[in-house]
Amino acid sequence: MTSTLIGLLFGLLAGLAIALAALFGVWWERKVSGRIQLRFGPQQAGPAGLFQTLADTVKLVLKEDVTPAAADRTIFKWAPLLVFTPVALSLLAVPFATGFAPLDTGVGMLLFLAVPSVSVLGVLLGGWASANTYGTLGGMRGAAQMVSYEVPRTLSVLSLVVVAGSMRPTIVMGAWRWWWLPLFAAGFLIYLISSIAEMNRGPFDLPEAESELVAGYFADYTGIRWAIFMMSEYGAMLAASTFGAAVFLGGTNGLPGALGVIVLLLKAVAITTVVIWVKWTFPRFRQDQLMAFAWKVLTPLALLQLLVAGIVAIWL
Amino acid sequence: MSDLSAIPVPVPADAGSSLEVLREALCSVHPDLCPLFSIEFADSVLMVSRAQLHATAAKLKELGFERFGFVTAVDFGDDFELVYRLQSTRFGVGMSLKTEVPRDEPAIETITDLWPAATWHEREVYDLMGIEFIGHPDLRRILLPDDWVGHPLRKDYHDDDVIPRPDYI
Amino acid sequence: MTIEIESRRSVTDEAGRGVDELVVNIGPSHPSTHGVCRVIAHLDGEVVVKAEPVIGYLHRGIEKMAENRTYLQVVPLTDRLDYVGSMYANWAYCRAVERLADIRVPERAEYIRVIVCELQRIASHMMGVGASGADTGAFTAFVYAFDIRERIVELFELLCGARLTYNYVRPGGVSADLPDGWIEACRAVVRAAPARLRELDDLFFGNYIAAGRMRGIGVLSAEDAVAWGATGPVARGSGVPFDLRKDDPYSVYPRLDFDVPVGESGDAFDRGRVKLFESIESCRIIEQALDQIEAGPVKASGLPRLIRPRPGDAYDHIESARGSLGVYLVSDGSPRPYRMKVRSPAFCNLQLLGRLAVGHTVSDLVVILGSLDPVFGEVDR
Repeated sequence: MTSTLIGLLFGLLAGLAIALAALFGVWWERKVSGRIQLRFGPQQAGPAGLFQTLADTVKLVLKEDVTPAAADRTIFKWAPLLVFTPVALSLLAVPFATGFAPLDTGVGMLLFLAVPSVSVLGVLLGGWASANTYGTLGGMRGAAQMVSYEVPRTLSVLSLVVVAGSMRPTIVMGAWRWWWLPLFAAGFLIYLISSIAEMNRGPFDLPEAESELVAGYFADYTGIRWAIFMMSEYGAMLAASTFGAAVFLGGTNGLPGALGVIVLLLKAVAITTVVIWVKWTFPRFRQDQLMAFAWKVLTPLALLQLLVAGIVAIWL
Repeated sequence: MSDLSAIPVPVPADAGSSLEVLREALCSVHPDLCPLFSIEFADSVLMVSRAQLHATAAKLKELGFERFGFVTAVDFGDDFELVYRLQSTRFGVGMSLKTEVPRDEPAIETITDLWPAATWHEREVYDLMGIEFIGHPDLRRILLPDDWVGHPLRKDYHDDDVIPRPDYI
Repeated sequence: MTIEIESRRSVTDEAGRGVDELVVNIGPSHPSTHGVCRVIAHLDGEVVVKAEPVIGYLHRGIEKMAENRTYLQVVPLTDRLDYVGSMYANWAYCRAVERLADIRVPERAEYIRVIVCELQRIASHMMGVGASGADTGAFTAFVYAFDIRERIVELFELLCGARLTYNYVRPGGVSADLPDGWIEACRAVVRAAPARLRELDDLFFGNYIAAGRMRGIGVLSAEDAVAWGATGPVARGSGVPFDLRKDDPYSVYPRLDFDVPVGESGDAFDRGRVKLFESIESCRIIEQALDQIEAGPVKASGLPRLIRPRPGDAYDHIESARGSLGVYLVSDGSPRPYRMKVRSPAFCNLQLLGRLAVGHTVSDLVVILGSLDPVFGEVDR
């Protein structure tokens, strides 16, 4: 009973964390992208535009809830949640403080990597439920992309597991040494690029940005349903950045309590800034180029990284 | 600063020399076209009959007018004057090839076989002036909706929705 | 929603195999920055088998309207033809009027015309390159290009008060002389521009992803370029070195020293790059013109209020940012043109879309359309 309640509490907290992450993430993205583009970004709503996202959320909530006439109503309604929930769940596995993760299991690393795969279903169903051919195609492309980029991501994280000797995220974070930085530099880069592709972001956003030309998989979603898709994206960004900071960049560096959390979050923000920077600098990959990049470039490199990690692990 | 007045600015007076070169070349290769050639407003003009147009255009293309500018029509009441604009890199000049098409029978052979560039231009002339181009691969309206009635650029075009502009200057 | 599926039908292709062909309508209203262009694309899976641009959504009857206005009153109409390049649109028309009416333009006016036309060329190319950036997803490149354009538009605002449709170049000269300090402001912009243009080149064309999106896309051969009447960066990107400023020189261009950049492969990448390097050359032209310009009148003296050319017809053209832009005027001796015809380069270049898009995907179709850089005010008139 208590464990159920605690589980529910953590679930709610995860949802709240994602909402806060989205609040901060959208503001930070707009500021950083503004500065990159020789302009300021939000300035009016609150000090330095901090309340802009809140204002936008209020606007979105007040929007009319439109469902296309030909759409499959049930699936249309539940698809955004299907994308959101796995992201929230994966957030629970991230080690936020030294020796602490909300869901600290012995297979935490695998949990973090595998659970967001369920979001792929949400993307597919969202596109299909929109009842237009190009929406479906966009959804399928998005799904293909997400599934392909999971392979290099998992392999790069796996190389850490091999050296750390455990799949528990807190132990992996605790086992970090300074020479992990040069050793796993390639792995970190692969992880970062794959995470960006997983989020359908940055140079890999053809399935959704093609909604400029073609109806993308969430073009039919309005108001709060669209907001849930966006929150999932920013939640995934938070989760990926924090997790990457924790296991690849040293995380809390052994510092206790709140201090450690702050250090971890600062590193996560740095990674998020790089992700934003990448999105606003590069043009978009075309779908075939995107897939080729995953399978022909990233996956072999990730395997190489795994090999190197394995050698180091044996040698240790 | 160098003496800029020494460098000629090609106002129409200077164009005369290359136009004379063109006249000589045309007269030597196609003496039958020589009397139809004239220089007006410092530009070369060749006026031929409707039947001769396609053949003349082919000859001009061979002579060095490889580039197609446009084709347009002017409504002169009894007939339409078709103007074909060609450009030559060899002579460095352009040429207006003109012909006349009677109003009651506004049709002429297409030149899209010589210059594919004429495709849309001929469609536009058909659309706005109502001149039919025989042999055009795809002759239909281009600028106006497909169900439009009439040819607006004609002088006798009447449309109830047009508000006449007051004739003041 | 911009794409609607019109039909799905079974056709047999040239090899006699049955293919399931999807006819897709990329509607006239676009989020991308190209204007009102409708393309009906026949797709075999993802590959375009046939693409047909449908135009006429911005047809306002400018040629017909010109018949009912005096020669001076037509100038604001020409502004709205190629609205991204009003200065040179005005200029093409004014040259035709001057040829028809035997008007000699004073030298200072010619220099001013060259300066504003070259500035307009840079601004127009920045629009074109920026649009290519926005199509491929490089929004920052779009903003950088527009920053350069903004400097130029500010200069134009100082000059004639308008930011888009200037009505500045008039038959016989220009409407007003350069204000005090304009030359220095112009010099400052033109000195800073080449560095920023090269930075834009690095940022966008030097990017591996942009190259992947634009190289080998929409390849136009040199023979096709000439046969289909392509002019401007579209033809020069294919290696055809045709530039009216060199091949049929006009105004004071023979006194100015500049190069004409020519591409090699005729793909969208080369067309974009030609535009960018042309902008750098334009900076050179402007600096020379600013050095050479001298005091003098800016309007032809003795010009009547109503220009009444003698009966006849004349054609004159200039090299605009899109190609050779020409105006053909027919006069019957009255103060109004009997017929005005605008030879718009975008109209001629747009015919190529059907040919260039075959064999590419829909995303490439938009990139090709962007590289052809049409402005629909000019295409539809």
